Amino acid sequence: MARGNWGEGPIDIGGAKVQLPRLPQLPTGSIRLVVIAAAVLFLLFTSYYQVEPEEVGVIQRFGAYVRTTEPGPHLKIPFGVESVTKVPVQRQLKMEFGFRTVRSGQRSEFASPAEAQAESRMLTGDLNVAVVEWIVQFRIRDPKAFLFHVRDVPETFRYMSEAAVRKVVGDHSVDEVITTGRAEIALEAKAELQRLCDLYGIGIEVQQLVLQDVNPPDAVRPAFNEVNQAIQEKERAINEAWADYNQAVPRAQGEAEQLVRAAEGYALERENYALGDAKRFEALYAEYRKAPEVTRKRMYLETMIELLPQLGQKVILDEKARGVLPLLQLDGTVKEVKQ
Amino acid sequence: MRSPLVAIVGVVLAIVVFSSLYTVSETEQVIITQFGKPIGGVVTTPGLHVKVPVIQNVHRFDKRWLEFDGDPNEVPTKDKKYIWVDTYARWRIADALRFYQAVQHERGGQSRLDDIVDGETRNAIASFDLIEIVRSSDREFQITEELEGIMTAEAVAEITIGREAITQQILERASVITPEFGVELVDVRFKRINYTESVQQAVFQRMITERKRIAERSRSEGQGRAAEILGQKERDVLAATSVGYRTAEELKGKADATATDIYARAFGRDPSFYEFFKSMETLKASLGKDATVILSTDSDLLRFMKGSRP
Repeated sequence: MARGNWGEGPIDIGGAKVQLPRLPQLPTGSIRLVVIAAAVLFLLFTSYYQVEPEEVGVIQRFGAYVRTTEPGPHLKIPFGVESVTKVPVQRQLKMEFGFRTVRSGQRSEFASPAEAQAESRMLTGDLNVAVVEWIVQFRIRDPKAFLFHVRDVPETFRYMSEAAVRKVVGDHSVDEVITTGRAEIALEAKAELQRLCDLYGIGIEVQQLVLQDVNPPDAVRPAFNEVNQAIQEKERAINEAWADYNQAVPRAQGEAEQLVRAAEGYALERENYALGDAKRFEALYAEYRKAPEVTRKRMYLETMIELLPQLGQKVILDEKARGVLPLLQLDGTVKEVKQ
Repeated sequence: MRSPLVAIVGVVLAIVVFSSLYTVSETEQVIITQFGKPIGGVVTTPGLHVKVPVIQNVHRFDKRWLEFDGDPNEVPTKDKKYIWVDTYARWRIADALRFYQAVQHERGGQSRLDDIVDGETRNAIASFDLIEIVRSSDREFQITEELEGIMTAEAVAEITIGREAITQQILERASVITPEFGVELVDVRFKRINYTESVQQAVFQRMITERKRIAERSRSEGQGRAAEILGQKERDVLAATSVGYRTAEELKGKADATATDIYARAFGRDPSFYEFFKSMETLKASLGKDATVILSTDSDLLRFMKGSRP
């Protein structure tokens, strides 16, 4: 019997008839469609790219730089001919030295792993040791230089930062580093770091270098604190002494003033009393001069009038009766009035 | 049966084409070798290039500045201080051909550099005092009044060369040798310098002793000054009090003198009248209820008791 096409009708194999199962018949068009669709997708996938607002895209064709693209959607030559590297040039980047922020948020937590501790210990210009933590804030200024000039920019930048800060700290005393020279050191280190960036041509702009915690090493910290305490004690002792002085001396001056014023009062009193007495006497004397004998007698009698009533015992004796005196009982104090 | 042949020819053609093209990135420099031997110069132009397929091979080297991180070394300085010196450097493959011939891979270059930079670093450190290695300039430290006199003579010594110049010297000396294997050393720097453990203990001890001395001095200065002020207080109090007393007494004395003068001038006009006048006053004032008076009839007062005529 006639041999049909594959899948149609029975097949003759040496007499026996075997019926093959019927295969589903695919329309020839759909396989092609799937293949075409896959190819188109692959094309789109390797030619479309998006640059975020803070980035730029650096395009290399067969490895050679061709252009830099701005933020937005873009197309490039697909199938690996052109490649894009996105570089965040607008984002402010940060590196920490001597500590690591574990959790950021309202209150950031700093952990200090061994590597971070090694970053922070350094020699100062007076051959002492200080522990310095700092951060560097920077941005990528030149994406081409960043990508093509130096390999492993983050590690390089980290080493440069350490070298810069250590150089500047190595020119200052430990006290300057901990207290008075912090701002100056940060500025100098930033300038030095930028100088190195320009020397290396890594296309980075250093925006800020800020010192964080700066301390003497733990082992010597109590001694440093002791100095501060001693200074406070000294100031306190001096202040207390001055307070004592300012309480005692003005008071003594006041008391001295008081003495002088009292003496002035006394002087005034004395003078006035004297003048008063003198004036009274002079007035009296003027009158006396006009009639001395009469005035004397008058004064005498007036005095007696006033005096006799206030006396105690009065004994009137005749001049010739002097002999009585020895027989008189004398009680108390006796004042003898003789003529 | 043409399709299998076509397919095979197609595949072979593809292999040939693909193996005759190669790319060079912005960061790469390439050497082509044929049967193991370098052919031509170093290809540094980025982009697509052509070579003989299959028999020629591509060896890629980085064109950029490459990393070098020296191991920290314990090195003594000229003044016998043992310090940990951790240098880092940046280098580039300046002559890829020579580099390939001398060390083949970057790793080989790194290890050669290790020896050279390490050696020059040790030499440099051993040739200078620690202060020269740490400091870069002669700027004077600003010390507060309180910390006057805290620095050792060594710490404030003047430097002649300085950190920057020393690293420059290491760079220059190492750079003499590196071109031998096609390397240009572009920068060498001290990443970290620290004391070794035992030296650090001694330094800490010194720092502690210095601070304790300053603390002690501050405290005793405070006490001394306070005693001074208290002494001054005593003096000023006594001065004020005594001056006040003196002025007061002077005033009183002057007043007494003036009064006496006034009295003398007034009463001095007629001393006997004054005596009489004053006696009258005194009698009135001094005799009272406790006085017993014996009066004579001869007195001016009582003489008229005996008769109306004197």
